[in-house]
Amino acid sequence: MNAILILIALVTLGTAVAAMAGRDLLRSVLLLAGSWTGVAAFFLWAGAEFAAFAQVLVYVGAISMVVLFAVLLTRRAREEPARSPASRARACSGVLAGGAVAAVLLAAVARAPLAAAPGPAPAVTVSQLGGELMGPQAAALLVAGVLLTVALVGAVVLAAGDRPAKTEDAP
Amino acid sequence: MRPATTYDPLLERAPVVLRDWLTGGLPGPARWLADSLITIAALLAVFGLLFAFLTLAERKILGRIQNRPGPNRTGWGGLLQPFADGIKMLTKEDIVPRAADPVLHFLAPVALIAFSILTFAVIPYGRDLVPVELDSSLLYFFAAGAATELAVFMAGWSSHNKFALLAAMRALAQLISYELPLLLSVVPVVLATGTLSATGVVAAQAGWKWDCLPRWVVFTPWGAAGFVIFMISALAESNRSPFDLPEAESELVAGHLTEYSGFKYALFFMAEYFGMCALSGMAVTLFLGGWRAPLPALEFIPSYAWFALKLLALLLGFIWIRATLPRLRIDQLTRLAWKFLLPLALVNLGTAAFWSLSAAWAGPFQLVRWAAALGLVVGPFLLLSRGLASGLAPRTYRYA
Repeated sequence: MNAILILIALVTLGTAVAAMAGRDLLRSVLLLAGSWTGVAAFFLWAGAEFAAFAQVLVYVGAISMVVLFAVLLTRRAREEPARSPASRARACSGVLAGGAVAAVLLAAVARAPLAAAPGPAPAVTVSQLGGELMGPQAAALLVAGVLLTVALVGAVVLAAGDRPAKTEDAP
Repeated sequence: MRPATTYDPLLERAPVVLRDWLTGGLPGPARWLADSLITIAALLAVFGLLFAFLTLAERKILGRIQNRPGPNRTGWGGLLQPFADGIKMLTKEDIVPRAADPVLHFLAPVALIAFSILTFAVIPYGRDLVPVELDSSLLYFFAAGAATELAVFMAGWSSHNKFALLAAMRALAQLISYELPLLLSVVPVVLATGTLSATGVVAAQAGWKWDCLPRWVVFTPWGAAGFVIFMISALAESNRSPFDLPEAESELVAGHLTEYSGFKYALFFMAEYFGMCALSGMAVTLFLGGWRAPLPALEFIPSYAWFALKLLALLLGFIWIRATLPRLRIDQLTRLAWKFLLPLALVNLGTAAFWSLSAAWAGPFQLVRWAAALGLVVGPFLLLSRGLASGLAPRTYRYA
C-alpha cells in the first residue's frame, strides 16, 4: 500500500520538478499535465473517486488546454527559451504573488488537524457530496464561481484591450 | 409495474454464464483477475472488429452516396478490405521526421488510443454487462474522453510541421469550444435521474407509458433537445466531418497526421473510431434508454442486441452526416459552439428543471406542461438561429 503511495508521490513531484526546471514551455505544460494526473491518482488511492475524476476532467482536460493555448498564442518563435524577468519590478511582483500563495497554502496546511494514524475511510457517496456542496458549503462554491468569472472577464478585457481601432470601417 | 421476467433469461445471461464456466474453477483473486482479463479481451475484440468493419461500411456507404461502388475487390464484395488495410499498415515503414520530438511523437498515438479505450469501461452494454460499476461513471467517462484532445495536440506539436501545428491549434480551439455544450447537455439528464452512474441512468428510464411508449429521456422535450446538442458536440469531439478541421485534407494535407505513417497512423484512425463508438454508446445510455427494448413485446431479444442496434444506428448517422454536410470554417465552428449550442444547452438545463418540478401536474395541466416545455425548447432555438444566420441568408447569386 505504501509502495504505491511513494510511487505516486515520486511521479507527481518528479514531473512537477522537471516542469519547473525545463526551459521549453510547452514541454513543461505537458509535464504539468502528468503531475496533475499524479494528483488524481493520489485521490484514487485515497478512495476519493469523485475528486479524482473531477481532477482529471478539469486539470488534464481543460486547464492544460487553456495553458497550452495561451502559450501557443503568446509566443512568437518556436525555440525561444523562457528569458529572465524583463524588469526588477516584474521579478519583485512575481516573487510577491508566489510568496502570498505559498504563505496561504502553508498556513492552511499548518493549521489543518492532521491525524497521526490513518482512521477508517469514510464512505461518502456522490449524492452526499452533492448535497454537502449545495447545502452547507454553498457559500464556498459560490465564492469560487465568482472568482472564476472575474478571472474570465479579466482575461476577456486583457485580450480585447490592445486591438487597433478599425478606422476604415467607420462610416 | 410489469413483471421483469418477460425476457429469455438464458440468452440474456449467456455472456456471463460463458465467462463463469471458463473461470469457475479458479480461486478468489485469480478468478477476479481472469474475469477482468476476459472482459478486457472481449471489449477489445468486439470494438476492434467493429472498427474494422465500420471503416469498410463507411467507405461502402460513402461510395454508394457518391454513386460509385466503393471497395469491392478484396474478398466477397470487398468484405476482407479492412484486413488487407491492416496488413498494409503493419508492414509500412514507420517514419519519424528528423526535427520531430521523438518521445512526444511516439507518445501521442499511444496516449490517444489508451484514453479512448478507457472510456469503454463504464458503458452498460446489457442488463448484466457492465465492465466497471462506478458511483460517478459519467464523470469518469468524460474525464477520460477529455484527455484525448491533449494527445492530438501532442501529435501536432511534436511533428515540427506547420500543418500539424495548425491542426493542433484548431484541435485546442475545438475542444475548448465543444467540451462545454457536451457536458451541459448531460447535466439535465443527471438532474432528472439524480445519479452520476450510467447504470442508474439506464435504471431511471425503465418502464412504458400506456404499455407502448418507452420512458426514455429522448421522448421528453428537454431530452430531445439535449440529445441533438450532445450528438453535434460528439461529432466535434471525435473530429468527425463536418467538424474535421484538425485534419482538413484540402487545407492542411492531413493535419496532425501529416508526419505519421504505418501503424501509428492506423492507431490514430482506430482512436477516432473508438471515440465515436464510445460517445455514441454514451448517447444511447443517456438518451435512448441504454439496453432497454422499445416495446414490452420485444423484450425477448437480449439487451445487448438492443444496445448494439441503437449503437449501429447512431454510427450510421455519423457516416450519413459525413457524406452530406460540407466542412465548417474555424470561425463558424467556434461561433456555432459559443453563440448557439452553449446558450441552448443552458436554457435546456432550465427546461429540465421545470420538467422535473412539474412532474406532479395532472389532467389539463399535463398539456400546459408539454406546451411550456416545448416553447422553452423551440423559442430559444428560433431566436438564436435567427441571430446566427442574420446577414448570411438569404443570399442572392447575381452571376450564377
